Amino acid sequence: MTTKLASLAMALALATALPAHADLVVPDLSYRTGPFAAGGIPYSDGFQDYFTLLNERDGGIGGVMVQTPECETAYNTEKGVECYESTKGSGALVYNPLSTGITYQLIPKVSQDGIPLYTPGYGRTSAANGKVFEWVFNYPANYWDGASVAVKYLLDQNGGSLEGKKIALLYHNSAYGKEPIRTLQELSKKHGFALTEIPIDSPGQEQKSQWLQVRRERPDYVLFWGWGVMNQVAVQEAVNIRFPMENFIGIWWSGSENDVTPAGAGATGYKALTFNGVGTDYPIYNDIQKYVVDAGKASGAGDQIGSVIYSRGMYAAVVISEAIRKAQELAGHADVTAAEVRDGFEALEITDARMAELGLEGFGQSFAASCEDHGGPGGAMLQQWDASAGKWTLLTDFITPDDEVLNALVMEDSAAYAKEAGLTERCN
Amino acid sequence: MLPDQMLFAMEVTLNGLMAGVMYALVALGFVLIFKASGIFNYAQGVLALFAALTLVGIQQGQVPFAHLINAVFGTDLHHFGWTLPAVLALALTALVMIGLAWLIERLVLKHLVNQPAIILFMATIGLAYFLEGLGDVMWGADIKTLDVGLPQGISEAVETATASLFGYGFFIDRLDMVATVVAAILVLSLTLFSQYSRQGRALRAVADDHQAALSVGISLRFIWVLVWSIAGIVALVAGVMWGTKSGVQFSLSLIALKALPVLMLGGFTSIPGAIVGGLIIGMGEKLFEFFAGPLIGGATENWFAYVLALLFLVVRPQGLFGERIIERV
Repeated sequence: MTTKLASLAMALALATALPAHADLVVPDLSYRTGPFAAGGIPYSDGFQDYFTLLNERDGGIGGVMVQTPECETAYNTEKGVECYESTKGSGALVYNPLSTGITYQLIPKVSQDGIPLYTPGYGRTSAANGKVFEWVFNYPANYWDGASVAVKYLLDQNGGSLEGKKIALLYHNSAYGKEPIRTLQELSKKHGFALTEIPIDSPGQEQKSQWLQVRRERPDYVLFWGWGVMNQVAVQEAVNIRFPMENFIGIWWSGSENDVTPAGAGATGYKALTFNGVGTDYPIYNDIQKYVVDAGKASGAGDQIGSVIYSRGMYAAVVISEAIRKAQELAGHADVTAAEVRDGFEALEITDARMAELGLEGFGQSFAASCEDHGGPGGAMLQQWDASAGKWTLLTDFITPDDEVLNALVMEDSAAYAKEAGLTERCN
Repeated sequence: MLPDQMLFAMEVTLNGLMAGVMYALVALGFVLIFKASGIFNYAQGVLALFAALTLVGIQQGQVPFAHLINAVFGTDLHHFGWTLPAVLALALTALVMIGLAWLIERLVLKHLVNQPAIILFMATIGLAYFLEGLGDVMWGADIKTLDVGLPQGISEAVETATASLFGYGFFIDRLDMVATVVAAILVLSLTLFSQYSRQGRALRAVADDHQAALSVGISLRFIWVLVWSIAGIVALVAGVMWGTKSGVQFSLSLIALKALPVLMLGGFTSIPGAIVGGLIIGMGEKLFEFFAGPLIGGATENWFAYVLALLFLVVRPQGLFGERIIERV
């Protein structure tokens, strides 16, 4: 009996003396309730399902399982900050809150706490400058890239000149919607088009005034930065006033199936930007079906696979998992810390060959991050809705943004932030 | 020929009036319940959402609680495989709303008789969140297309007529025109019901004086079921109008925010007040946005509606058509 007790005590002592092999924790600050749930749910499903796939198929990342504890933000900035505070002590390695408002609040916090913040296609654009924003990464594209790509596309449609054209920016009256204004103002000076800014208050259920203004002023093109119900109402109102849908271009958060379906056939021709591929012709989806959905482990009902927002949530998870993998490689051990994951983000290179290995050939642009560059190449494609087929079709390949204009703006804005926050530039 | 600005202002005014009708449709539900029971029903917006979700679910043959059932029993249920005609789906949804009113009375209101108004208000806050969650679990949170055959888009008749008159064709949405007709029918029906039916007279008696109504044998509990049923059906109408425009999604519950200034202005106890309040708010906010919006950066409608309502409140605290409150000591 004494021997047994002694053996048990020794086993316990050994077990506690060994380093705990904890899971990798990637909190999912999601929104499955409230007015923006229709976008939040598929994004979170795509995000969660990819990590489930890695756990089920590969045994996690580098042999360590990944946990994605969810915290409901309801797209509310205060709740988002509460979620961050309540989960950061769990060993959180990176945050991706899918909200520009929450991102703005978290930037100083993550910088203080030493946890990377990954905001693909949203958030503070000038965080692309790694010299100032050490803990924030927003590759492969940001809002200023989006604005620039839209204008470059319109230039291409108009024989290289937008001189004398009228472009209206219809935007969500929030930090998110206001992001492209500065860029578009610069681009309007450069290319000679007249820019009209038309804000819509959240949530945007009623937009009659704004569309009457569009009808009166007859802009040649409408660029649109909306989210949630604002998207569906805007598309419907554009149809109502018979605005030519092919001249109506949304940012990537205004270009999902949800946004166009309620307007029916009238939505045909509406265009939107995207920084990732559309459709289900990627081998990764077969694996998700096999290892996640068919195994009954899907985050949602399993019916969103390949939809625009689901794919984008999955893409965010792909990049995060690759950054963790890179961090493990750099650190030489699998159970990496948040600081090591930051190093992984900064040293991350995703090549076309790697995308093909992941079952995502041509899905996103290749890029290589660096100490200075946290923003990536910024390319985006144009997609167009076909209501009769019920799908988006890609119109272009990746269009690169106008870096000559954007770099100066990024430097200006990030320098202002550095001054305000009392930061000195790094990477020198 | 009239100057452009005047023509545009006329177009904005017409559209503002029509938007006001849409706000009034939501406000009507608040008024009905407040008038009969003194309860400010915080859940009215969610009732509209719940009604619209149920309508689409029934019409498209969606299995309620499918996600939950599938998760628990490992089944793969989604649809019954039918698509019902809009009229039948509307009738069935109205029955669901009546059933819901009965349940609300049995499970919540019955237990709160004689409690202060603030307690009943709190109960409706709880009810709002419960119904929102129930709607999510029953029908899912994805955006649903609502199609009961209502027309949408520009009225070409109005456009042509105004173009020949003024040289500029006005935009009027056909859905807004339908909403105006529906609102007129609704107000007329409610007026006839409350003036000429036995239940309507009982409802007015309760609205005037609970104690006196009880003393002559009117069942307060029946009246509550009745009024919540009517408010549920009004919510269904509002849900159909707003849901047709934007698809049915959870932001629909926020249309209640558009009804609040209408209530402040029109009074909480007057059906004509809800309509007139809606028209003034709709027209006022649209005209302000048209004239002042470009000068101060736009997006003025959400806050200006409340400023307008506050201005009226200062002058007439009970609202335009509300009952003057006289307390004798």
